[in-house]
Amino acid sequence: MVREEVTVGVGDAAAGLHEFPTTDMTLNIGPQHPSTHGVLRLRIVLDGERVVSAEPIVGYMHRGAEKLFEVRDYRQIIVLANRHDWLSAFSNELGVALAVERMLGMEVPERATWLRTLLAELNRILNHLMFLGSYPLEIGAITPVFYAFRERETIQAVMEEAAGGRMHFMFNRVGGIKEEVPAGWTGRVRQAVADVRSRMPDLDGLIRDNEIFLARTRGIGVLTPEQVDAFGISGPVARASGVDFDLRRDEPYLAYGELQESLRVVTRTVGDCHSRFECLLDQVYASLDLADACLDRLASVTGPVNVRLPKTLKAPEGHTYAWTENPLGLNGYFIVSRGEKTPWRCKLRSASFNNIQVLTELLPGTLLPDLVAILGSMFFVVGDIDK
Amino acid sequence: MGIGDAVLPDPVKFVLNWGRRYSLWVFNFGLACCAIEFIATSMGRHDFIRLGVIPFAHGPRQADLMVVSGTVTDKMAPAVKRLYEQMPEPKYVISFGACSNCGGPYWDSYSVTKGVDQIIPVDVYVPGCPPRPEALLQGILRLQDKIAGEQVSLNGGARGARAARSPERSTARVLTAPLVRPDSSP
Repeated sequence: MVREEVTVGVGDAAAGLHEFPTTDMTLNIGPQHPSTHGVLRLRIVLDGERVVSAEPIVGYMHRGAEKLFEVRDYRQIIVLANRHDWLSAFSNELGVALAVERMLGMEVPERATWLRTLLAELNRILNHLMFLGSYPLEIGAITPVFYAFRERETIQAVMEEAAGGRMHFMFNRVGGIKEEVPAGWTGRVRQAVADVRSRMPDLDGLIRDNEIFLARTRGIGVLTPEQVDAFGISGPVARASGVDFDLRRDEPYLAYGELQESLRVVTRTVGDCHSRFECLLDQVYASLDLADACLDRLASVTGPVNVRLPKTLKAPEGHTYAWTENPLGLNGYFIVSRGEKTPWRCKLRSASFNNIQVLTELLPGTLLPDLVAILGSMFFVVGDIDK
Repeated sequence: MGIGDAVLPDPVKFVLNWGRRYSLWVFNFGLACCAIEFIATSMGRHDFIRLGVIPFAHGPRQADLMVVSGTVTDKMAPAVKRLYEQMPEPKYVISFGACSNCGGPYWDSYSVTKGVDQIIPVDVYVPGCPPRPEALLQGILRLQDKIAGEQVSLNGGARGARAARSPERSTARVLTAPLVRPDSSP
């Protein structure tokens, strides 16, 4: 074997020396690294500052959720389903409830459906605000995160008032939601939504068209619609590339069928980091409008919010697949029942797992500093990757 | 306990402990849901910087306190241990949340370490799933109380149990030893 000399070129000096022989350097990023938000590990091969290949190594957060679903009954599954994507807890538990209800042929009270829709949209806002804070932080803009968390606390306060939890709401039940919301709650939600809407320009104006931010994100990490289709990418990441697919509109669940005139699916066509950021940012406004539309309807919808369940809840033999448009993308549960009180198999299709696979194609050829910008813009949650 | 652990005069002890408890550069070992609540605690609403907890440590080598927030898996455990070992003494660990306390809702998972205390020593456990930011603030206060009561020595080693576990650590005698003169060798 011939030994080559390892030369690492940095900056302009390296750029001017195209003929200079260099050897690739393998660099390990993670599993614990400040720029990977979470414990994603990447093994990248670098030529100078340019990425030659990149391989995401997953599994550092693998908690065996699918296997644990098999030893939890249908009510207990919701606890774990909450937690794989900790930023979209409400939407996660919703998927389980929808799947089990469908298997049981259960009719969900109308008020429960509207409350679920409202809470799912509030959860979407919470989730996106986390991104709007953390993404600028990752590429060096520290201030937006403080604004984002101020808004998060506002929304979390009303979510907590109803559900009792700040992150893991545990508010869905098979057949509805846990209990009626507190008296006067809808008024406080309306206030919270109005507050967040009035303060969003603070955050928006800070970062959206910031010159440095544009330089770091515009034209960086362009994801083509073909790649989106090939890798099964979904959610805001896919919509930023012009793949206009949103289950809330294209296969309405909950009350989204009746909300079509208020529902605005945010899309972009460029597919770069800035498009992904804008999709998530504008989706916050769209979700705020949806939340208001839900509140309008809730004022006139009364009745129970759940149905009485038998002591042991057994799904009939069969299988079903329930998918929802989670804040991060498509989240699906494939549940196979053999008539027992626990599922025989529960396959979890999570958005982030598919979304990050494209990094192997997206990262080669980019510069190392852009890697951080691309990684952050894919908006994944490590628990959602590793399950 | 080595000779360097000789009890210091109270005023010195006080000053050392006082300095340590209010200058906790924290390294957030953010693993899962709890990391979000950790971040929420560091933001404007809860703001643990007012307690002297400084979340700007660039890595474990610059940190005094590690907050393990989230599920430690068996695959992750070696990295947790390694980064803990990179921290300089004196070092403290807060286990934040049910998963890092004991495995939490993943108590029967095949891949989850049932508590971070199986691999590194923990000073304060904060219960909850995830704990509220207020719970972390209390955990920090408890830790500061604990630091205030420490029998400090100049090498920083304070807790007897941990001192016994790493006997190779240099004692305060190294720092106070007189110069070695050429004529002292036989």
